Amino acid sequence: MTDMVFGTVAARPGEPVLSRWWRTLDRWTLAATVGLFLIGLLLALAASVPLAEKNNLPQFHYVIRQVVFGIVSLAGMLWLSMQNPVTIRRLGVLGFVAVFLSICALPVLGTDFGKGAVRWYSLGFISLQPSEFVKPVFVILVAWLMAASFDIAGPPGKLLSFVMAAVLAALLALQPDFGQAALVLATWGMMYFVAGASMPLLVSLAGVVSAVGFVAYNNSEHFARRIDGFLASDVDPTTQLGFATNAIREGGLFGVGVGEGTVKWRLPDAHTDFIIAVAVEEYGLVLCALIIALFLVVVLRSFARLQRERDPFARLAGTGLAALFGMQAFINIGVAIRLLPAKGMTLPLVSYGGSSLMAAGITLGFLLALTRRRPQDELTEALVEGRRR
Amino acid sequence: MTRRPLRPLAGIIGARSRGEDPARIEAHRKAERLHAERAQERRRAQWRLTLMGAFFICAFGTATARMAVVANSDPEEPSAISSSVPVSADRADIVDRRGRVLATNLPTWALYVQPNLMVDPRAAARGLSKVFPDIDAAAMEERIRRGRFFWVKQSISPEERQRVHDIGEPGLQFAPRETRLYPAGRSVAHIIGAAGFGQLEVYAAELVGTAGVERWFDTRLRDPAKTGVPLELSIDLAAQVAMHDVLEDAMERYTAKGAAGIVMDVHTGEIISMVSLPDFDPNHRPQDPSDPRLFNRAAQGVYELGSTFKVINNALAMERGIARPDTLVNTSGPLLWGRFKISDMHNMPKQLSLTDVLVHSSNTGSARLAVMAGTKAQQDLLKRLGFFEPTSIQLGEAAQAKPLLPGRWSELSTMTISYGHGLAATPLHLAAAYATLTNGGLKVNPTLLHDPQAPTEADRVVSEETSLHLREMMRAVVERGTGKNAAVPGYMIGGKTGTADKPQPTGGYSHNKVMATFAAVFPTSAPKYVVIVTLDEASTQAYGRTWRTAGWTAAPTMANAIRRIAPVLGMRPLPKTGPQEAPPPLLVRN
Repeated sequence: MTDMVFGTVAARPGEPVLSRWWRTLDRWTLAATVGLFLIGLLLALAASVPLAEKNNLPQFHYVIRQVVFGIVSLAGMLWLSMQNPVTIRRLGVLGFVAVFLSICALPVLGTDFGKGAVRWYSLGFISLQPSEFVKPVFVILVAWLMAASFDIAGPPGKLLSFVMAAVLAALLALQPDFGQAALVLATWGMMYFVAGASMPLLVSLAGVVSAVGFVAYNNSEHFARRIDGFLASDVDPTTQLGFATNAIREGGLFGVGVGEGTVKWRLPDAHTDFIIAVAVEEYGLVLCALIIALFLVVVLRSFARLQRERDPFARLAGTGLAALFGMQAFINIGVAIRLLPAKGMTLPLVSYGGSSLMAAGITLGFLLALTRRRPQDELTEALVEGRRR
Repeated sequence: MTRRPLRPLAGIIGARSRGEDPARIEAHRKAERLHAERAQERRRAQWRLTLMGAFFICAFGTATARMAVVANSDPEEPSAISSSVPVSADRADIVDRRGRVLATNLPTWALYVQPNLMVDPRAAARGLSKVFPDIDAAAMEERIRRGRFFWVKQSISPEERQRVHDIGEPGLQFAPRETRLYPAGRSVAHIIGAAGFGQLEVYAAELVGTAGVERWFDTRLRDPAKTGVPLELSIDLAAQVAMHDVLEDAMERYTAKGAAGIVMDVHTGEIISMVSLPDFDPNHRPQDPSDPRLFNRAAQGVYELGSTFKVINNALAMERGIARPDTLVNTSGPLLWGRFKISDMHNMPKQLSLTDVLVHSSNTGSARLAVMAGTKAQQDLLKRLGFFEPTSIQLGEAAQAKPLLPGRWSELSTMTISYGHGLAATPLHLAAAYATLTNGGLKVNPTLLHDPQAPTEADRVVSEETSLHLREMMRAVVERGTGKNAAVPGYMIGGKTGTADKPQPTGGYSHNKVMATFAAVFPTSAPKYVVIVTLDEASTQAYGRTWRTAGWTAAPTMANAIRRIAPVLGMRPLPKTGPQEAPPPLLVRN
């Protein structure tokens, strides 16, 4: 009562923004993110020099660019991580509309930089690849649609989101960018799994796939040869993969030493798609293990936090973003060691590239915002549970 | 979905009687139901998230394990190439119609520098400059010290490789290469084209066709399933070499600027030989794409082919029913058309038979016949003989050689085209047309592949009777007309000379620069081959004056060519039936 005096400063409800942000933030993920970015810079020092020399630019031209893009991306990530889920949802859905339109306009306005596939917008100082940016905002859109279907008498969000996923995958496949299309579909699948795909459906699907695979392997010589060839231990040394494999061999446990690697001179994509080969060659398996551990920290920490999340939108969106991030990293690493067939996919945060880095910043900004600790109505739920028993 | 209340109405009534608000109860129940659903979903999501976490742990664990396995496997020197690596012949050979090799692969080595293995750049640079005189030691050392991988030489010989070995520098490395080798050398230069390195890798380099047959059949030659099967061309290497020799000799004798020769199977259009001079060694192809030696005169060059077209004109006259071989044609001259005057090189009788129009090569007679047949009919025949399109031969260069037709096809054009001026085409066009006209009248398309496809009745252009008469007329040209110098005893050669004034760059025609052509078919009794010989600006001295007409230059060259080629192709001369001496050179007309 004594507070209600004319002229006193109104107390702000709750604590200051920054301290609340810091208290509720998933600091492990943040630390892993920054760690990955720093490793990326370290590798850019090694891997982007050949490219700079080839293009007659100062030696560390691309490193400096990477630093600038990195600062922009990290700042964007921190700003996004301070937003609440509703803002994230609005930004994400609006962003999706914008990026989707820009992908549709690619054949008219885009450029292929002479690489065959029209994937880029050239803005002079920077070229943007919309298919990198579409992934995080697509996840937000799908989460919004799926969460809406949880409401009683809600719209058929799961079906709608599947249609969106199929359309987007088709657009990406037309570019042609099959890797990104597959990634979009896989991310949707993981979100659908967490959103409650029926177990019998999943089990029967898995059963059918493995049965068909088994029958095909036993009955089709062609199919069996493909599988055996993929699983075989020796690799044609004349391909990019061959060089990557050799680089990993050369590196061994502790690497050949800083700046001593040779693969970066031979592989045209050493600074992007095969950055992990450069990492292993120069710094050894140790650095590679560290990189994998950091990716795993991001994914597992986010999943752990999302288990406590009550809001379906935040849970689904968070799941999708973490799965997207983890899968892209896994695909990139898996290609270099021939666990997966070759696909052009960057290693998020580590590979050189403005689009890739900024998209990773957006993904992690969304993820950090959604995994922040929020008041959950645990008490009410306990009461409901209690009453039901 | 939780069950709805069984009896809402009863509930509402009950609540009302207790004085409660039924709407609130409904809302409360709905919220409760939603809550329960949410809780169930959350529990489901919890274990599914755990499952996905486990999935990612497995995935990344597998990746790490695999990475560890690869990293700890035996390091394979990326740059150490031993001869144990099999060098695959990844480009098929090309052979002639009898299996003689025209193009094959030779394993060689490329030399490169691996700076991080380099021990002594200075010594290495000096050593290299000694082995390869074109390498400057100082510049090479500078380049090595820059610390970047680079190629020194794309193909070196075994001796050079040994000498580089002897430098004893581990930073000098060799990469296996396949070098395309053309054993037939210059004789097949324009047909075979070239292959160059595509993608360069340390372990191998792909060979990509860049010209000629090598480029046209590039996909076929590189097809891994067919690299063991050579590509068989229609060329006969022996005939090709003979033609090459004869033309080279003729170029020298008649001081010609260039020459072209074609031998074609009359029935199938297979090209047995095709030579263009001046030429080059395909193993050391000129680098400058504008080098005139690269130009294929036989398939790429379009020229006015002169009186050789009179054979086509006679075919037109017979097909249209205007004349038979013995019909008399008005050959009085000069023939006036507007301000143009068509005349013959010497005075003709007032009338000549159709055969003699060809034998004496009368321009006025041919022009009159063409006018009688009409522009439309002439265009139609030329079109069916293939003079409106580039030839279909399997050379990318030839696909650009579209014949030059008159922009406005006036009656004057019809008259001049009847004796081969005003329409320019390649010698290959002419060969195909002659084959079509003399083989019985069926259209053939020139081909370089050895899989004969005989034309059918559907491809008929002129009647068999016309074809027979044409052969008799062409035989008469060689027996008693302008082509006497082309006669070879024992081979029934028929043919036609053609001397076309060359157009001047400034417009109009030159009077002392001619393109001399002889187009022949033999034997005329049962035709097998069409042979074309073309000499550019050839001339010869006889009886105290300079002769440039085809009868003096191209016709004797044709005789030499057939004398050499016919036996190679397995043709016997007919036994002598009487005192058949080669006639002494006479004054001949074009």
